[in-house]
Amino acid sequence: MSLITSTSPHASVKNNTGAFMRQVIYATLPGLAVLTWQFGWGTVINVLWAVVVALICEGLFLKARGRNVAFYLKDYSAVLTAVLLGLALPPTAPWWLTLVGVGFAIIVAKQLYGGLGMNPFNPAMVGYVLLLISFPVAMTQWIAPGEAPGFVQSLQLFAGQLPVDGLSGATPLDTFRTWAGNETELASHGILHGDLAGQGWEWVNLAFLLGGLYLISRKIITWHIPAGFLAGLAAPALIAWLIDPVRFADPLFHLLSGGAMLGAFFIATDPVSAATSRMGRLVYALLIGVLIWVIRSFGGYPDAVAFSVLLLNLSAPFIDYYTQPRTYGHSKPNRGTAGGGKS
Amino acid sequence: MIRTFFRSRTPKVFDFHGGIHPPEMKHLSNGTEIAPGPLPAQLILPLNMHIGAPAKPLVEPGDRVLKGQMIAEPAGAVSAAIHAPTSGTVSAIGPRPIQHPSGMDAICIVIDTDGRDEWIAHSGISDYTERSPGELVDTIRYAGIAGMGGAGFPTSIKVNLGDHQRVEELVINAVECEPYITADDRLMRERADEIITGIHILQYLLNPRRTLIGIEDNKPEAIKAIKRACKGCDIEIRVVPTKYPSGGEKQLIQLVTGKEVKSGQLPAHVGVVCQNVGTAYAIKRAVINGEPLIQRVTTLTGDGVSQPGNYEVLIGTPVSDLLHHGGVDAGKIGRLVMGGPMMGFTLHSPTVPMVKTTNCIIAASPEELPEPPPEQPCIRCGSCAEVCPANLLPQQLYWHAKNDDLEKAQHHNLMDCIECGACAYVCPSHIPLVQYYRYAKGAVRQQAADQLKADKARQRFEARQARIDAEKAEKEARRQARLEANRKKKEASAAPTVDTAALKQASLEASKAYKAAVKAAKAADAEGAANAAELKAEADRLKEIADKAKAAVRDAGSAAPAAVPAEDVVAKLKKQVGDASSAYKAAVKAAKEAEANGDDSAAALRAQADELKASADKLKAELRDAKAGAPAAAPTAAQADPVSDLKKQVGEASSAYKAAVKTAKEAEENGADNAAELRSKADELKAAADQLKAELRDAKANAPAAVPVQAPTAPPADPLTELKKKVGEVSAAYKAAVKAAKEAEENGAGNAAELRAEADTLKADADHWKAELRDAKAAAPAVAKAPPVPTDQPKMPEASAPQALTQPLTAVDPEAAAKRQKRLKGLKTAYNMAHKQYKEAHAALERAERKEEVSADELIEMQRKVDKLKNKADVARDALDALIEEAKADIRAHTGKDLKTLKLEAARAESALADKKLELDKLASSSGEDALEALNSELKALEAEAQIARKALKQALEEQGLVE
Ligand code: SF4
Ligand code: SF4
Repeated sequence: MSLITSTSPHASVKNNTGAFMRQVIYATLPGLAVLTWQFGWGTVINVLWAVVVALICEGLFLKARGRNVAFYLKDYSAVLTAVLLGLALPPTAPWWLTLVGVGFAIIVAKQLYGGLGMNPFNPAMVGYVLLLISFPVAMTQWIAPGEAPGFVQSLQLFAGQLPVDGLSGATPLDTFRTWAGNETELASHGILHGDLAGQGWEWVNLAFLLGGLYLISRKIITWHIPAGFLAGLAAPALIAWLIDPVRFADPLFHLLSGGAMLGAFFIATDPVSAATSRMGRLVYALLIGVLIWVIRSFGGYPDAVAFSVLLLNLSAPFIDYYTQPRTYGHSKPNRGTAGGGKS
Repeated sequence: MIRTFFRSRTPKVFDFHGGIHPPEMKHLSNGTEIAPGPLPAQLILPLNMHIGAPAKPLVEPGDRVLKGQMIAEPAGAVSAAIHAPTSGTVSAIGPRPIQHPSGMDAICIVIDTDGRDEWIAHSGISDYTERSPGELVDTIRYAGIAGMGGAGFPTSIKVNLGDHQRVEELVINAVECEPYITADDRLMRERADEIITGIHILQYLLNPRRTLIGIEDNKPEAIKAIKRACKGCDIEIRVVPTKYPSGGEKQLIQLVTGKEVKSGQLPAHVGVVCQNVGTAYAIKRAVINGEPLIQRVTTLTGDGVSQPGNYEVLIGTPVSDLLHHGGVDAGKIGRLVMGGPMMGFTLHSPTVPMVKTTNCIIAASPEELPEPPPEQPCIRCGSCAEVCPANLLPQQLYWHAKNDDLEKAQHHNLMDCIECGACAYVCPSHIPLVQYYRYAKGAVRQQAADQLKADKARQRFEARQARIDAEKAEKEARRQARLEANRKKKEASAAPTVDTAALKQASLEASKAYKAAVKAAKAADAEGAANAAELKAEADRLKEIADKAKAAVRDAGSAAPAAVPAEDVVAKLKKQVGDASSAYKAAVKAAKEAEANGDDSAAALRAQADELKASADKLKAELRDAKAGAPAAAPTAAQADPVSDLKKQVGEASSAYKAAVKTAKEAEENGADNAAELRSKADELKAAADQLKAELRDAKANAPAAVPVQAPTAPPADPLTELKKKVGEVSAAYKAAVKAAKEAEENGAGNAAELRAEADTLKADADHWKAELRDAKAAAPAVAKAPPVPTDQPKMPEASAPQALTQPLTAVDPEAAAKRQKRLKGLKTAYNMAHKQYKEAHAALERAERKEEVSADELIEMQRKVDKLKNKADVARDALDALIEEAKADIRAHTGKDLKTLKLEAARAESALADKKLELDKLASSSGEDALEALNSELKALEAEAQIARKALKQALEEQGLVE
């Protein structure tokens, strides 16, 4: 008999990284559905097109790096990046916008850093920020709630054959930023007064929340990042709103607007670029939340998930060093780098 | 109310971080009773089934052994005995593949079984409470019991804690948390009473405050059986939730006591002793039944066998025998695991034996335990950190281990990883994390070992450097001393140019080397290095060398003044005498202190002090000489009588010699190391005295010539009295030497033979002098008459030379000379040989030092050898030098002159001859017949004289076997 020799353990769970990623992709489906319901087929088209672009870019690069293309494509990480970026792009985005964003995300933000596991920044957010800076107009044209275009119209938008202007409108976050401090204007804009928060977006965010809860229940992610994220966003919002409700939006509005839930459950939770210990993740996500609130309230952009996530990606190694758990048998956790505070 | 009820019923069980729930797979094997295992044709018993030193075999191939007979005994404290599991014949003791993960070979005792299963006579202890704990510990030790849960730590160590260690909790590990394994489960179900007895013995040995049994809640029947067995006794059962790795020692301790064992410490440090339930059973069998550990319950499971279950197998049974016993389907087996699926290891071949720690064999089909999927990149998902029972960050450890960043890995507490495999089990990227940790841990340990080695190498290098420096300095000092000695010998009228500067340099270097050595020794001491003592010895040696070098400088200094004007000489000598005296006093003080402290070096110090005293005395004598000589040097002063001066010097030299002999004797009596040295110094002094004596004689003979205006003032001293004195001296020296030799022999000193030989020489000397005395007595009248009163100047040598030459020449004892020649040759070869040996040993040492694998102990041993050989060579050299010196002195004694004088005489005769010839030629034309006749006869006489002088010189040289 020829025997397999291997090191212990000789058994392992049956799941794998690909399955892990697929679970995350599945969990975005409710969000995608609501986005389509609210804003038309644009997002679905975006997502599909993004996946195609991502697979091609990833495949080419894996081949160029001499890797087993099929094996690495099966980890679904490129697909997940594409899906997340596709979800984040406005449904009015033309094909080239997605192409540039996804291409940059996969090639520069991921493969050039060494592929999966090596990228310090969330690739989807790198692509998003690139587009936001390069094409600010195209990136902010969202469809007004209730004005969802039909499938053909969406395709025309995608092909760049239809001017966007007729369909687009300001998002609730945009509207609030414009009229913050002006009580009458704020009261007059119906988009700010949906059933729970901003019109349309309240349902989108609730759908992503649902997907996120599914991920937690499947132990794909832990509660630390979403909780930290949402707390970091809601806590300052609550304080500020209590102080000046005309100048600052209420916490629920913040939580159910823009990319809050998508960011909390799907983007900040990207494990590769996040902090790694439980405590580290809590701190990491909390800071993302606070940063989002600060930029939303005082910055030049209506939403800030991408910027905040990237900034904290940058700080993740640092956070890791200072949030190591207390190892069994040690009286206190290690801090700092190996060279520094040895305990 | 309900809660209080629960709390009182279910005692608190704590929790630990992480853990996993792999499929248990226990149902495969826990349904059937423990069955006897096979009786294989051959048993293979590795000598290192346990942690610690491999056992020492007590049998040899061909020996017949009985079941239960000890075939290997524990080698040292952390070791365990091995017994024959059945009767048979030892067929081999040699390397066999064993259970090690790397599939390596190890020394095993192989027994061909005879099938009779014959027990050796054995009996148990029915009431162990009558025995002392120490006795029981010994019983356990010689029963070969080692932790049966997995690690195999000798149990006797764990149950034999020092008195200062109070055991709070005795924790019995009955968790058996690994999937598949059911050996402890079945053992508890079937033999609970015996297990409890074993636990009672442990309680008796350890006297714990509490005894806790931890059992996982997936073994309800075992729990029931144990509960029944320990009804009414002070053993608490703790049912812990099923979770891997709750059976890990530290995890179980945390579960049942809430205590955490500090990183790098043992459970005993928190007052806990943990024992496996199987070990408790083995202890019962050993103590009560007198059966050593020769079999154990092992689970055979996996879908590759048709009758999975638990078997009581003999230790040493090859896995293949058990597989056949359990109905193996060889074609189905894809992986063979010894131990559990989480922490066990795969076997390369089923021929390896099962050992004391083998609790499970899994014969799994490829479907059951499939080949691990290919490794994917770590996505830092953190699943591993979630399950790590040590609360580590496995993903960070992996990252650093992969990048070989050991420092960072250690910072993340790599060494606290228990290699449980929980992280690798959950990793969605199928990274063999534990493999990385094992690798990194090995690298860390290697690094630590390398560091240690480097430190040791550095120390060794420094010591070596110091030694080499010291040797260089010593060589240089010796060279200088020799040069100086040569120059002194040459010491005609020319001022000797002593290279004191070079000597000082050498001395300085020696001091430096000594200081460096002291520093090294101190550092080694502080580090608790093993070779500290060695280094100290080295330092002492270096100090000696430095002292020697200093002495050489001093000697040179004392010799130098000869070059400077007499007034300066006196002043300098005075200062030196002062220095020497104070040095002597300091040495005496040091010696006294050392004696008071009972120091070993007291004798050495005392000898040193004596040496210093001798040198001080010498200097004093020199000072006196210089004082006496000063007036002579002054041109206006009347010429002092050189004879009386020399006489005084001879007296002084003799007394110095005697003092030196005394010192040497004392040193020998004390068995001091430098006795030989002192002895040779005494010999030197003797030679000096002899020379002075010879000079005195010469001076006496030459006195008239030297003082042309004066008539010879006194006839030469009576040779008879002088000879008598000489005989007395030599006899005394001989006696002293004999005594010293005897003492040395009694003390088993190395140089006893040498001393004896010296005594023999001295005896020969004494005999010779006695004979001479006899001869002289007979010739006395002639001699007394002999010194003719020279009528005119040129006639003088004519008459005196032949007398001076012939008299001693007749006294040469050819036999003694031959003997000495032989001895000289022998000593030369002995010295050459010793020197060669020393050189070889030295070279070997240097080679060894350069090599890494030679251990410090070996090096020390070699160093010792080198030192010994060097000593030997030195002794031989000293003896050789002494003999040569003696031979030279002998020539002087025999001829009344030293070789130089002979040579001078010969030369003088030749030149006188030449002068006369010239005169004759000049006169030939002008002078008359008579004058020519007279000159001619004079010339003839001179020719004869020259002939004699030449002959005497040649003879002396030949006889002494010296080639100058
Ligand atoms: S479980 Fe595996 S993939 Fe996840 S963080 Fe740990 S090592 Fe990386
Ligand atoms: S193997 Fe080490 S790192 Fe992995 S879970 Fe066990 S203790 Fe933690």
